[in-house]
Amino acid sequence: MLATLTTLLAQVQIREAGSGATTCQGKNEAFCPSYVIDNIDDYVSPVLEHLVLVLASVLAGFLVAMVLAVLSHGRRWLIPVFIGTTGVLYTIPSIALFLLLLPITGRGTETAIIALSLYNLQIIYRNANSGLANIPRSALDSGTGMGMTKRQLLWKVELPLALPEIIAGVRIATVSTVAIATLAIFAGAGGLGEILYNEGVQRGVFKTNIVFGSLLAVSLAIAFDGLLILVQRFAAPWRRARAL
Amino acid sequence: MTGQESAAGGSEHAAASVVFRDVTKRYRGAEADAVEHLSLDVPAGEICVLVGPSGCGKTTAMRMVNRTVEITSGDIEVGGTSVTERSPAQLRREIGYVIQQIGLFPHRTIAQNIATVPALIGWDRERTRARVRELLELISLPADVADRYPAQLSGGQQQRVGVARALAADPPVMLMDEPFGAIDPINRERLQNEFLRLQAEIRKTILFVTHDIDEAIKMGDRIAVLREGGRLAQFATPAELLMDPADDFVEDFVGADRALKRLALMRVSDIDLWEAPLAFAGQDTAEVRAKLAGAEVPWALLVDSDRRPIGWLSDRDLAAATVPHRPDSSPDPVLDRDDVLRDALSDLLQSQTHYAPVVDASGAAVGVLSLDVISDFLASDQAKVEEHPATARPHD
Repeated sequence: MLATLTTLLAQVQIREAGSGATTCQGKNEAFCPSYVIDNIDDYVSPVLEHLVLVLASVLAGFLVAMVLAVLSHGRRWLIPVFIGTTGVLYTIPSIALFLLLLPITGRGTETAIIALSLYNLQIIYRNANSGLANIPRSALDSGTGMGMTKRQLLWKVELPLALPEIIAGVRIATVSTVAIATLAIFAGAGGLGEILYNEGVQRGVFKTNIVFGSLLAVSLAIAFDGLLILVQRFAAPWRRARAL
Repeated sequence: MTGQESAAGGSEHAAASVVFRDVTKRYRGAEADAVEHLSLDVPAGEICVLVGPSGCGKTTAMRMVNRTVEITSGDIEVGGTSVTERSPAQLRREIGYVIQQIGLFPHRTIAQNIATVPALIGWDRERTRARVRELLELISLPADVADRYPAQLSGGQQQRVGVARALAADPPVMLMDEPFGAIDPINRERLQNEFLRLQAEIRKTILFVTHDIDEAIKMGDRIAVLREGGRLAQFATPAELLMDPADDFVEDFVGADRALKRLALMRVSDIDLWEAPLAFAGQDTAEVRAKLAGAEVPWALLVDSDRRPIGWLSDRDLAAATVPHRPDSSPDPVLDRDDVLRDALSDLLQSQTHYAPVVDASGAAVGVLSLDVISDFLASDQAKVEEHPATARPHD
């Protein structure tokens, strides 16, 4: 037992020594810009994969959450059912969920997307639900009184007015998905997890990749957030018009 | 004026009568009827005000007309056909609807709000745009508000847009649920007057709900006073209601100041004004003093060359040889011949003056209204209202 441990430690030491202690990444300093620049091509496909994971799972989560929200709108008894179910899904630890899904859907991007979508349900559904519940009564009353059908009221009044809150939900969901998707590597999907885990933790905690991978994740999150703020402003011009 | 007449489009959709036949409403689980055996006959083109204390079922009664509340028993006919013969959505698009909270869609521009019903019934772009322009003119809002959002308009402007939206598809009937209830008193009076002027052109059949008896008297061609449980206490013209309340409840509801309220049925032009001793700048004051000697009004009114009042002349003004250009006191309040007498009285009392010049549409002085004229009138009004019921309509 002790012998194996010693050999293991020796291996690590040898490996460190062998990889040339003079270079930046050899010394494994916090961050080596030169390594990143030299290997920039290696980062492109993880970033693209990560984008796919985030976009696909937010879109799927959004679509399902909106269907749930519309279903429970006007069937109030469904609201606690949906909040409960999506809430339970939300509390399952992500690694556990990936592993639970493996026997059903197999390893790969689909499994990761399914799991990530499930996390988005709760946030987007809750926001859509409260957005639809906060429509001014007078707007509904006048809409109905002018001869809008239930469907017209939904599409022309309720959903457009709930849009800012719905998009706010999508924003939160997107940003948190950018972070959680780094664990998709455990479901056999790519993404920034490749840089952080495969090329970072597995390689004797290679700090450059851990720092740069995190940096990429944070940048993605900020970029998505900024984009969605723009969408929010564009989708609700009446909110800015107030001060005129 | 021609533009406004075409906007009204009265010939296109003539007003329709609204008839309640023994209408009863009982809400599910309720112990008593909200509206009980209500029968009303509202002739086309008239304003019928439903008035009563809260809980009297007036809003319920009105909402049954467009089936936002379903009838329990009985029937309502609009233009001779039962409201139950059309789908609720279809029916509602043919009935204008204005509510107290206005209910403009905050996410839609003013033009889009006004075009709500035209969009629902599939008008093309050109027709809709032209109609929106017409209606904005009709409610005296500048054309550039079309692209603004409701939050950018004042409460009074929003209320006007609410009315324009209800009128958009030129419905023969309008329902108005306390439409001016959320507006401050000064703007409310202005909006009421504006609406009466508008109605004189568009001549819609209007069911108007209010809890305010003064508003009912001012707005209504006929008033239905409802008591608790939606029972009809009296259905009469405002003058009849004031002269001859059907029972203690109505008398109580109309209030002890019935005599004063009758002033709301009259306009300044309906009573005999005193002649104003007019004076012009530069005129010999001796002439003016001579004129004053035999006049009912003890002060001379300085007017410009178009006879528009500039101010009252004081004794000091008249002590000079000629009438000055600037008199000592302002002519306020200046009353319009078309002002409702009650408002004129309140203007007089508010500015603590005894006399007020009355002007015609061009602003020229046509006489003087004094507190004495009004009190003389109040002493004799009973006979007058009964003799000339036609004059009892403030907007005729």
